[in-house]
Amino acid sequence: MELYSMTGSQLAGLLAGGEVSPQDIMSSLSRRAAVKEEQVRAYVRFEGGLESIPPEGGVEGKSPLSGLPVSIKDNICTRSFNTECCSRILSGYKPPYDATVVSRLKKAGASIISVKTNMDEFAFGSSTENSCFGPSRNPWDRRCVPGGSSGGSAAAVAADEAIFALGSDTGGSIRQPASFCGVVGLKPTYGRVSRYGLVAFASSLDQIGPITKDVRDNAMLLNVIAGYDPKDSTSVNEPVPDYTSCLGRPVKGMRIGVPKEYMVEGIDLQVRESLLRALEEFRRLGVVCEEVSLPHTEFAVPVYYIIATAEASSNLARFDGVRYGFRAADAEGLHDMFSRTRGEGFGKEAKRRIILGTFALSHGYYDAYYLRALKVRTLIKKDFDKVFSGFDCIVTPTSPTPAFRLGEKIGDPLKMYLSDICTISVNLAGIPAISLPCGFTGKGLPVGMQIMAGHFKEETIFKLAYAYEQAVSAREKRRPEL
Amino acid sequence: MEYEAVIGLEVHVQLNTSTKAFCSCRAEFGMEPNTNVCPVCLGLPGALPVLNRDVLSCAVKVGLALGCSIQKRTKFDRKNYFYPDLPKGYQISQFDMPAALGGEVRIDTPGGDKAIRVKRVHMEEDAGKLMHEDDGSLVDLNRAGVPLLEIVTEPDINSPEEAYAYLTKLKSIVKYLGVSDCDMEKGSLRCDANISLRPKGESRLGTKAELKNMNSFKAVKDALSCEISRQTEILKEGGSVAQETRLWDARQSMTFSMRSKEEAHDYRYFPDPDLTIFLIGDNEIELARAAIPELPQQKAERFIGEFGVSSYEAGILTAEKSDADFAEECFRVFDAADKKPVVNFLIGPLLAEANSRGCGLRGLGITPPGLIELVLLVQKNIISNLVSKSVLKEMIDGKTTAEEIVKTRNLAQISDTSALDGIITRVLAENDKSVQDFRAGKSNAVMFLVGQVMRMSCGKANPKVVKELLERRLSDA
Repeated sequence: MELYSMTGSQLAGLLAGGEVSPQDIMSSLSRRAAVKEEQVRAYVRFEGGLESIPPEGGVEGKSPLSGLPVSIKDNICTRSFNTECCSRILSGYKPPYDATVVSRLKKAGASIISVKTNMDEFAFGSSTENSCFGPSRNPWDRRCVPGGSSGGSAAAVAADEAIFALGSDTGGSIRQPASFCGVVGLKPTYGRVSRYGLVAFASSLDQIGPITKDVRDNAMLLNVIAGYDPKDSTSVNEPVPDYTSCLGRPVKGMRIGVPKEYMVEGIDLQVRESLLRALEEFRRLGVVCEEVSLPHTEFAVPVYYIIATAEASSNLARFDGVRYGFRAADAEGLHDMFSRTRGEGFGKEAKRRIILGTFALSHGYYDAYYLRALKVRTLIKKDFDKVFSGFDCIVTPTSPTPAFRLGEKIGDPLKMYLSDICTISVNLAGIPAISLPCGFTGKGLPVGMQIMAGHFKEETIFKLAYAYEQAVSAREKRRPEL
Repeated sequence: MEYEAVIGLEVHVQLNTSTKAFCSCRAEFGMEPNTNVCPVCLGLPGALPVLNRDVLSCAVKVGLALGCSIQKRTKFDRKNYFYPDLPKGYQISQFDMPAALGGEVRIDTPGGDKAIRVKRVHMEEDAGKLMHEDDGSLVDLNRAGVPLLEIVTEPDINSPEEAYAYLTKLKSIVKYLGVSDCDMEKGSLRCDANISLRPKGESRLGTKAELKNMNSFKAVKDALSCEISRQTEILKEGGSVAQETRLWDARQSMTFSMRSKEEAHDYRYFPDPDLTIFLIGDNEIELARAAIPELPQQKAERFIGEFGVSSYEAGILTAEKSDADFAEECFRVFDAADKKPVVNFLIGPLLAEANSRGCGLRGLGITPPGLIELVLLVQKNIISNLVSKSVLKEMIDGKTTAEEIVKTRNLAQISDTSALDGIITRVLAENDKSVQDFRAGKSNAVMFLVGQVMRMSCGKANPKVVKELLERRLSDA
């Protein structure tokens, strides 16, 4: 078995036993990427191989991630290395500082891959088709998208071009590509992982999270990146447990709620069947599965697109050509410089969202849109609180469909927005949720199952996800043919 | 028709916290451009603000000093607009949940004491600075993120003079609190004004203009006067005032339209999702309250009661805290119950000198005991009032005491009748006409003779004694 195809925990075992060196792993991964990257295009500005950012400063203690490579999404700041959010407006931008998650990984001794993973521009999208570098491909079927916006991270992990990857999730941007690519992706509780150094899309919804080959790796990576950060006022000072220690604990008697609002028409038949089979598996493990209701689910998409675009319109105001990134040439005067820089620097979807958000916050419309959206958001949160008072977890499909074809939805923004319908409520409520593989369609595309839990209940999610993964691993293990 | 001006002021006070409002950069001035900066105040992608709690306690202090109610829950909002000195494309400010609401500042007007209501006090961050060169503009972001308090009045001000009095009083209070140096020239205090006119007796407000770019209290007064004339003229001709923002041009003493209502910004305020709601606890409020020193109003009242000074004098002496402290020390050193002789020195020559130098009383190099020594020399008739002025001039900046100056320059007053007799004899001999006048019943003539004696004694003669001696000699004959 090649090193690149192993999980992080397997490699950690080999490293601990002295059987391989971090360089062996890096070069195996680099060779794999050199061969497969042309088909997958998971990384941006890829030039024939992968290298890790030379470590600077001290490594603190011995960490399970020590010597293991981690790939980073293009919207997470890496000091002195390009961080461009796959947008022309940030072309060539090299931040002077590391995101908190990156410095935590460096301190843990992890090797940060210097080229970043592809994404939809500023995380605006569900397919990576909005990347200024062009789309990534789904390793299971290269005619299909890998999902988005963290499509590069998910595709890299699925194609064995990455061991661990970080994504960011504002409305499903970790979980949806994880489900499309057949890997494991977690959006942690809002406040669990520092946002410092994550280029903001929608500040009240954004969260960085791990994308990995299996549940154990996911817990390993969360162990390192989670925790209070005084540089992020929205991070929460809540103790970080060892997320791997709950793996393998019994799940018998746990209670899963299955919201009826997520199993309606619009959900692909094969997705539905995969989920029902997964629920059967849970029942075999002694887990109670019952139908529940999240009555405000239908409002999640409109509420999300008001709040997220409003925040984005303000967050993206700083890209004005004055201090960094792209500036339009030959502008005549200040106003012209601003409008031409932004006109030429932002892609179509970014402009669409900036305009939507600007409108929602405008004088005379604020109360009708933004304020009302905040109120409905509270109702959506309350729906979850109510269910979690009687259930440990909620299980739903991650996406209503398996991976769709490149170009299939790019011309119809509304259709694209609806592909986040199963993941958006989680961000609005600030709760954690994971996507893990739960089967394949007839055409061999992976299907993802989403497990949600209450605030800071990542352990509950991991425990259940791990139990499922273990139960089905013998018969479900497949790899993409690349 | 007679019109009444309705004025509201928005004052920005730059706080003197050691670090900026949302990052740990030093809030220092006079540094090389773009040296006190970090990812946060540069607005770099991914950087996040964290509130400097000192800013909150300054806001609480100022709120309490102005008699506001401190809000238990306060939040920050984003004020969105594009400008090259605004690195994030929005300013972190406060919109609908400011730190403090509803207070007042009391001012003296010709019609008596008047309360100007304070609507709100809120926290925000400053922008950077632009420097315009021939071939383009440069941005210095050292000031970006420095904390400001915005203090907004209700439209309670009715004249440029009241506006001036309000600003003077507000500045005095804020300086007493030690949260800002309030130096308008350095930009640590800035003022915008909203002004409209309405017919006297009318309660409805007219259309207002907003005035900007006033760089001193005097400029605020001048700009308001000028704007009152402009609006009066428009209204008298039957026109209507346009709602707009106008810039004051001090050189031309005129205001110019900057932008109309239609061009006004839509700031698209919304709660900053990077900052949570802040709770201000009772103990935090009590701590701030305990840290508030005696404020000018209270101090003035105490001076009136304790030292018997007039309300006018108390107002002058307490305007600056360090001056008030100096005055109080003087009063304590000076034993007599009637402090008038001390007050006359402080308000007269000393403050005049201090103001002309732009320093406080302490900046003159005279200590309170040193000043009282001089006062006592006059009190004990050792020197005349006239001589005391020149002694004071020498004491300022000099290291010597009043007594030493009097001694070395032989300035002591001559009260010794035998020493004065000779001079008086000469004066009487040389001014026969005045002597005749006096004897003819013009009692005023004696004052001329006193003056002549003073002149001949180089000011050292005790005028009271001289007058007595002269009167005696003239009636003797």
